Amino acid sequence: MKLTDEEQAMLAGAQGPAVKRAIDIVATLGRVFGADELIPVASVQVAGVSYRNLGDAGLGFLQDWASEGARVRVPTTLNPAGMDPAQWQRQGFSSLSAEKQGQVISAYQAMGIEPICTCTPYLFGNLPSYGEHLAWSESSAVAYANSVLGAHTNREGGPGALAAAICGRTACYGLHKPENRQATHKVDVRCRVSEPYEFAALGYLAGKLVGDGIPLFTGLDLPAITLDDSHTVVVTADESDKCKLLGAALASSGAVALYHIRGVTPEVRQRSDLCPPNIKAITINSLHEALAELNHPVEKIDLVVIGCPHASLAEIEEVARLLRGKHLASALWVTTSRAARATAIAPGWVQDIEAAGGLVIAEGCVVVAPMNELPYRTLATNSAKMASYALPHAGLQVRFGALEECTQAALSGRWGKD
Amino acid sequence: MSQTLRGRAIVAGKAEGPALVSRTPLSFLGGVDGETGIIIEPRHPLKGQAIAGVILVFPSGKGSTVGSYVLYRLAQAGLAPRAIINATSEPIVAVGALIAGIPLVDQIDINLIENGMHVAVDEGVVCVG
Repeated sequence: MKLTDEEQAMLAGAQGPAVKRAIDIVATLGRVFGADELIPVASVQVAGVSYRNLGDAGLGFLQDWASEGARVRVPTTLNPAGMDPAQWQRQGFSSLSAEKQGQVISAYQAMGIEPICTCTPYLFGNLPSYGEHLAWSESSAVAYANSVLGAHTNREGGPGALAAAICGRTACYGLHKPENRQATHKVDVRCRVSEPYEFAALGYLAGKLVGDGIPLFTGLDLPAITLDDSHTVVVTADESDKCKLLGAALASSGAVALYHIRGVTPEVRQRSDLCPPNIKAITINSLHEALAELNHPVEKIDLVVIGCPHASLAEIEEVARLLRGKHLASALWVTTSRAARATAIAPGWVQDIEAAGGLVIAEGCVVVAPMNELPYRTLATNSAKMASYALPHAGLQVRFGALEECTQAALSGRWGKD
Repeated sequence: MSQTLRGRAIVAGKAEGPALVSRTPLSFLGGVDGETGIIIEPRHPLKGQAIAGVILVFPSGKGSTVGSYVLYRLAQAGLAPRAIINATSEPIVAVGALIAGIPLVDQIDINLIENGMHVAVDEGVVCVG
């Protein structure tokens, strides 16, 4: 691997042991993947935040690295935590879990990371430009950054992303190279896909079929995503929500880190070489299989979750509109970023949801939460990612459908029409 | 009879000891106890075996990238393997071995190594038997 003089000095310890460790991790990953050089990254998004996943092993490592002097040198945000640091008691979690979660966040803060814990950093505060190189780890955010924004990032592991933040570089392989961004599968969609949850169902089906490939969708009715003068994408809130749910599902039922939509996503509109001849062709005639697999035969709904990936302002507004002046029979959580929650207070949306008996959870995520501490057994959601992870990760039986169907279930306490 | 295998040194270093061989991938988060170094993955053929002090041989890692931190914790407690040999290395084991200071070699035909054989690792070279 070719290293610059500065990189060699970092590896030799000239910038201290924490930087040496960071560039050693990045270079080791480069060796694993056969990279021939390192490249600077514009921003980093780090997974490995929830104490339930990290455990004392991860917490100990983060604390050791911080006290060795580790400091990030590019804008860095974190993945969601197990709970809202301000509302964990209302969620019902134990003080022990909350305390350990706080120690993890403190260790990251000691490295100079702003404690912004979200899987949608691109919605508030960190919108990468077209073609920028990143080291992001959350799979749904990686899919969004590559596909909707036209940025370049591999799906980094938690430690690799943190190392990239500390040395400011990542290994140049995989999706950082333009030649590796060509489609591997053409996915022709011949059924109606218009509601956001239908994009999630489509992603679930296609992810199972393409695995870790790069699908090129045709037949989807979405407006073209354009670039502004500063090479940043312009996308409507509605289309952004649909693409977010599509990518999250593709990255959970499969390991898709990049997808293209013909005539829509920016890279396929800029480059004509992304659909090589003779790639595998798949036709999707119906979403029925996804709806059947993602719906378990449960009627009573204990908890409704909207916001996987973290809810946009448009989604929060819609939940507020559907719940205004009503009273919930089930628990309902809208999980979102701290910034989105703060913004949704002025128009009264957080108050509408809370008055109905729901919670707007900032920075938390059900998939990584210690859900075994809570009494819930069933969950309804509009996210195919949440629906496929809820049973294996949180032990919850699931119903999957449109956002309005989910809020209806929260109001009646039951899935389906009364 | 001894045999020399040549692979790729992902984490450089020298070590020797008895081989503990898994024919199936290993997850370190949830698959190995971070306190004891004992394999706890349900239905894993090596369930109940300790990985401390052995040359740990398996095709590749799997599962969460947080698994890297489990190797670090085991090394701090003196319960880590002396070296790791993979058929194909991936980020979880590569980063874990690096931060734990465990020599790691990949691109080795691990079918040539049997449980309990004496194995010596030196950079990318593996001597078996």
